[in-house]
Amino acid sequence: MSKYTEDDLREELKTKEYEYGFYTDIESETFAKGLNEDVVRAISKKKNEPQWMTDWRIEAFRVWEKMEEPEWANVRYEKPKFQEIAYYSAPKEKPKLNSLDEVDPELLDTFKRLGISLDEQKKLANVAVDIVIDSVSVATTFRKTLGEKGIIFMPISEAIQEHPELVRKYLGTIVPTKDNFYAALNSAVFSDGSFCYIPKGVRCPMELSTYFRINEGGTGQFERTLVVADKGSYVSYLEGCTAPSRDENQLHAAVVELVAMDDAEIKYSTVQNWYPGNAEGKGGVYNFVTKRGLCENNAKISWTQVETGSAVTWKYPSCILKGNNSIGEFYSIAVTNNYQQADTGTKMIHLGKNTKSTIISKGISAGHSQNSYRGLVQISSRAENARNFSQCDSLLMGNKCGAHTFPYIEVKNKSAQIEHEATTSKIGEEQLFYCNQRGIDTEKAIALIVNGFSKEVLNKLPMEFAVEAQKLLEISLEGSVG
Amino acid sequence: MSLLGFRKLKNLNNIFSMLKIENLHASIDDKSILKGLNLEVKAGEVHAIMGPNGAGKSTLANIIAGKEDYDVTAGNIELNGEDINELAPEERAHNGVFLSFQYPVEIPGVSVTNFIKTAINETRKAKGLDDMPAKDMLKMIREKSELLEIDRKFLSRSLNEGFSGGEKKRNEIFQMAMLEPKLAILDETDSGLDIDALRIVANGVNKLKSKDNAVIVITHYQRLLDYIVPDFVHVLHDGKIVKSGDASLALELEAKGYDWIKQELV
Repeated sequence: MSKYTEDDLREELKTKEYEYGFYTDIESETFAKGLNEDVVRAISKKKNEPQWMTDWRIEAFRVWEKMEEPEWANVRYEKPKFQEIAYYSAPKEKPKLNSLDEVDPELLDTFKRLGISLDEQKKLANVAVDIVIDSVSVATTFRKTLGEKGIIFMPISEAIQEHPELVRKYLGTIVPTKDNFYAALNSAVFSDGSFCYIPKGVRCPMELSTYFRINEGGTGQFERTLVVADKGSYVSYLEGCTAPSRDENQLHAAVVELVAMDDAEIKYSTVQNWYPGNAEGKGGVYNFVTKRGLCENNAKISWTQVETGSAVTWKYPSCILKGNNSIGEFYSIAVTNNYQQADTGTKMIHLGKNTKSTIISKGISAGHSQNSYRGLVQISSRAENARNFSQCDSLLMGNKCGAHTFPYIEVKNKSAQIEHEATTSKIGEEQLFYCNQRGIDTEKAIALIVNGFSKEVLNKLPMEFAVEAQKLLEISLEGSVG
Repeated sequence: MSLLGFRKLKNLNNIFSMLKIENLHASIDDKSILKGLNLEVKAGEVHAIMGPNGAGKSTLANIIAGKEDYDVTAGNIELNGEDINELAPEERAHNGVFLSFQYPVEIPGVSVTNFIKTAINETRKAKGLDDMPAKDMLKMIREKSELLEIDRKFLSRSLNEGFSGGEKKRNEIFQMAMLEPKLAILDETDSGLDIDALRIVANGVNKLKSKDNAVIVITHYQRLLDYIVPDFVHVLHDGKIVKSGDASLALELEAKGYDWIKQELV
């Protein structure tokens, strides 16, 4: 009988290789490395943007130049050398496609290996997929069906051309260009992303989905997503990410802005498994993301995220509860393994009366990783009867990893009700033995325990996404035990 | 050993004991707990192991199940004629060993149903079988939960989380009923049970008993043995079985207390 200790468990967890570590050989057109005003202008010109957009980018660039990279997060990494990154990369000969048949077969193969069969997804999941590979959309589906309802769902680069008035009205209103270092950088150089507009009173009939994927070695990717839900509308938006394995660190600095007008609801779900680096902590994606949503009266925004990838994650999907009776929700599972570091959480800014927010955060740490929850619940003086419930649970595997919780609570109104619960637990030998005794091996037992721990959040994901997320949790944590 | 060999041996059940423990010595953190224990259990039998606190009763149960905290320093354990010392806990489970825990652990977010489904299917997988069809699983869950008078709502609760002592034990026996083990070890299943729960649990165990399986009941007290009548009673003291007899030994112990055994040994 071999003695199975936590040391063994840790060893095995190290050895799980990144499953999506392959590289698609598509000719790319990439700008020379480095960043200055000319590069920003060139990006804008490349995309044939109107003057206001170019000016907006230049202004952002000038702000960024004067800013300093934030250092307050509980993460340690070698800072990206911003002059050594190429700021634009697009598959050559950007195809204008009407059907999947026209998509580069190698690209389609990539999707297949990722388990994303567009055909199947279209049929089974009723999902319209807007695919971003290395910054430029190459396939957009279901646009017609959506168009009949007046829903706009397209690459933001196209939206800038086709719906400039809408983009101009909302871009940068939720995350201003000077919001933070990475948001400013993104504003200056974003290459593409998605734009979505749901008209008044329209309930989007399907989940809108975008798969992001970094492809070109050494290329930073800067997506920009803007979702506007007009009065009384509803949309569920899914974002999934995988990246192939690369040795050099890749920078990913996205900005997502959500606008939920009166009585509107936006559900924004993310499954992220960017390359986390190898077992020694070499390589991996730096994921510095700014996500924020604004709720007007009676509006609701839910952020659900399953984060298993990236070497370093810095991400706080937030809600500004401006309108009365508005609701903000944040459901998160963050898994870190090996030498991954995650500093993630949310900000719930209560401005309106009777505003409510819920935060459920599940952190799972293994290997030598560090997993931090950082959250702010702010109740302004005018926010009568604001309520917040926060629950932060951490699950530790082995004894070389760390779980940290930094909850900030600022209350300026006496009528507020704030609840905060936190637990830290460890997958114990007793739990594993109990499962083993019932015939469940250690690998399966860990998957079972982790899924149980994450259940409250997994339940918030749309069905087909939940299955994928569950798989991802198992892949991320299972060692090749046995 | 090959699967074929194992089958062959199983067919020779009447020659080999189901469980045969010889001269078992075991320690934890260099503290010696079992000091030359012998035990033989045949199919169709019910054995009770009694003894004072610290005698090594739970240690014995855990070692049979394969818990890795213990060092087996001498002796061996055979299951159906095969040495199982090198088998991992899950492999022993796949071979039909079941332990009803004295202190069942909580697994938050994992329902009783999901857990038992996983356990059954993992065991089937180890035997090269496909998952149990959902229809059969549901039917079996219905039957076994009725047998143990378990409310269906109970089955959707997180495993052992917030369960009362009685619910935990009943759940253990429910799992036993579902897994249909060859050798069931009940480690102080009676502790924390009120008299009604005790009757239900014992009733369940009795219904699951057959000529093909065996039960080892570990207990402090006679009361469970009023319901589950043992063929053999063994008294464990200081890491060894010091006295064996039939069901009447349990009654004698109840009347005279463990001091009687201790004095007899002097």
